[in-house]
Amino acid sequence: MTYELEKIKTLWDIPKEEHLVGGHSLCAGCTAATIVRHLLKVAGKNTIVVNATGCVEVSTTSFPYTAWRVPWLHVAFENAGAVASGVESAINALKIKGEIPVEKEINVIAIAGDGGSFDIGFQALSGLMERGHKVMFVIYDNEAYMNTGIQRSGATPFAAWTTTTPVTRRIRGEWRNKKDMFDIAIAHGIDYAATANPAYPVDMDSKFQKGLSKDGPSLVHVIMPCTTGWRFEPKYGITIAKLATETAVWVNMEYDVGNFSVTVPVKKRKHVREYLKLQGRYSHLSETEIELIQEQIDRKVEEINKRAGKEVIGPLEA
Amino acid sequence: MALGLETKKSELKPLSTNKAVAEAAKDSNVDVVAAYPITPQTTVVERLAELIGEGELDAEIIHVESEHSALSAVIGASAMGARTFTATSSQGLALMHEILHIASGLRLPIVMSVATRALSAPISIFNDHSDIMNQRDTGWIIIFTSSAQETYDTIIQAYKIAENSNVLLPVMVAYDGYVMSHTIEPVEVLGKKVAEEYIPKKVSWNRLDPDRPITIGTITSPDYYYEFKYAQAKALESSLQHILEADSEFKKKYGRGYGAVEGYMMEDAEIAVLGTSSYFSNLKYAVDELRKKGVKAGAIKLRVYRPFPREQLYELIKGLRALGVIDRSISYGMTPSGPIALDLMSTYRYKNIPPIQSFVAGIGQRRMLIEDFVRIYEILERRASSNSINEETLFYGVKGIDL
Repeated sequence: MTYELEKIKTLWDIPKEEHLVGGHSLCAGCTAATIVRHLLKVAGKNTIVVNATGCVEVSTTSFPYTAWRVPWLHVAFENAGAVASGVESAINALKIKGEIPVEKEINVIAIAGDGGSFDIGFQALSGLMERGHKVMFVIYDNEAYMNTGIQRSGATPFAAWTTTTPVTRRIRGEWRNKKDMFDIAIAHGIDYAATANPAYPVDMDSKFQKGLSKDGPSLVHVIMPCTTGWRFEPKYGITIAKLATETAVWVNMEYDVGNFSVTVPVKKRKHVREYLKLQGRYSHLSETEIELIQEQIDRKVEEINKRAGKEVIGPLEA
Repeated sequence: MALGLETKKSELKPLSTNKAVAEAAKDSNVDVVAAYPITPQTTVVERLAELIGEGELDAEIIHVESEHSALSAVIGASAMGARTFTATSSQGLALMHEILHIASGLRLPIVMSVATRALSAPISIFNDHSDIMNQRDTGWIIIFTSSAQETYDTIIQAYKIAENSNVLLPVMVAYDGYVMSHTIEPVEVLGKKVAEEYIPKKVSWNRLDPDRPITIGTITSPDYYYEFKYAQAKALESSLQHILEADSEFKKKYGRGYGAVEGYMMEDAEIAVLGTSSYFSNLKYAVDELRKKGVKAGAIKLRVYRPFPREQLYELIKGLRALGVIDRSISYGMTPSGPIALDLMSTYRYKNIPPIQSFVAGIGQRRMLIEDFVRIYEILERRASSNSINEETLFYGVKGIDL
């Protein structure tokens, strides 16, 4: 692929052009807009976006307005993977037939929330990855069905309050663990999968760049703190995102043609309490429950270090 | 049959309707095919894969993981400016239901063939029209065909209709599963010239283009939604004239035309029975039998189902003493239980029409021989003579029920 952009190594390398413009109706402090804005800066204007139903879709295309400066298509909730497969196949066919110049590079990006990828969109996403379409699938993961009012999804983490895992006499928030999309994507035999965090824009943007440079499917799974559903003041979105990585609740990883790496190593981890205490969805937790979550993270960190072959995520701060 | 000079180069091939459909998609020079296997549609896509593999058709085939994704993928491809094709049946069509509405709502000229089949439960892989009748309000143009030749021709016409900038609606071409899908008939194929002569490709619809970015599939408020839907309703209603234009242009070029409805021995018919798809052929044989006995019987084929060809059909039925309508699906809990009978009764409510006797038959491909069709005419005649036709549907062919 002839990719005209220089490799993104610092904030200064991030393109200035905006392809997602203001005036949309996403919540104040919503980090989805930050993610998509960066995604389009990296992708540039020769890009077609397929959007699953969700927050980003409903808030950016309120007819007769649009926030998108690139061609954009929304069909339904569960089929972004299939629609993007169709767009990509059409580009190939029209190139063969001379209706689109062969040399014209067009990025195809599917954007979906956790519902449109982990749950209802899972089958179409799996089909897309298995068939090898040259599409980058970007998940903005706010860990519940925020667009319909904070119902739990397969991405909701252990202990989180949602409107369907309420804190009540019998239920104390979500009692199951989050699905592992990163490894599920890798298991499809694709070349590139990554996890990313908008608090680390250089890391995130370089992952978008790498994903787009691949000749087949790629998946970038991005954590997306949600002011409305996670119950925090709008100004804390990026702070909480940063804490997610500093506590190793969220590890920025990458799989690139067989090579696994942790792209944002953490020397000393903060206690998970620092991450949980800023969010209303965890306000019901007892000390015992917080320690249980900490133990889960400790185990996960051990596994990741083993997989990386060295200590990329350090011990808890004293 | 072949009148024009241009038809000379055409070729006669022995094809099942499924294979004829694949041949038509090839001759229409489609760009993207996406489909999921379901009996009895499968050989359509198998044949298309072969044609692409042999280099007879330059198209991308997407081996999707469901019918829901099949239609979603062709929507993506169509929005990109590709000529698209998909095929399905039964449960597959039912699974597409959500996306059928979106294809028509986005006004994309997708063409789909449907080898009609019963719906579960209990599961039946055999023919009836439950699948297609469940989709009649999805905003698609629906055309029933009665032979492999007509199906081949109609798929080609479907692109002409769908891509007409005054129409821009998806088209379903439906034919009887097994009875037609797996029966070999002689078919005159036109070859790839048809794509240049009759349906030259021109992207007449809004498409995704980085040089001219547009937003497709937006969210609308109560201030806008209604106008989109009204425009869609009007487009489907007025598409009938474009369907007929496409048909007459085809006839002029290739010598075959079908109209919206067709009558057999209707000039002096006193009673007639209306059927769709392969039932029309059987009705014609039954009419021949009855004519030998001196009964002035006729047969009617409903070819274009949505938009409903109200005026054209009225011309055929208005002078009759009685009309029978055979439905191969059940509108549960409604009287009459046959959807097409119900359509006729309501659309001609304020017109002077003969009594309409609703029949349901052939559910799950319950065997219907020529003598069964003759019997249906006899029941109609008997009820008409005794003035006993009413809105109740007669379920023909149910074990233990004697009509």
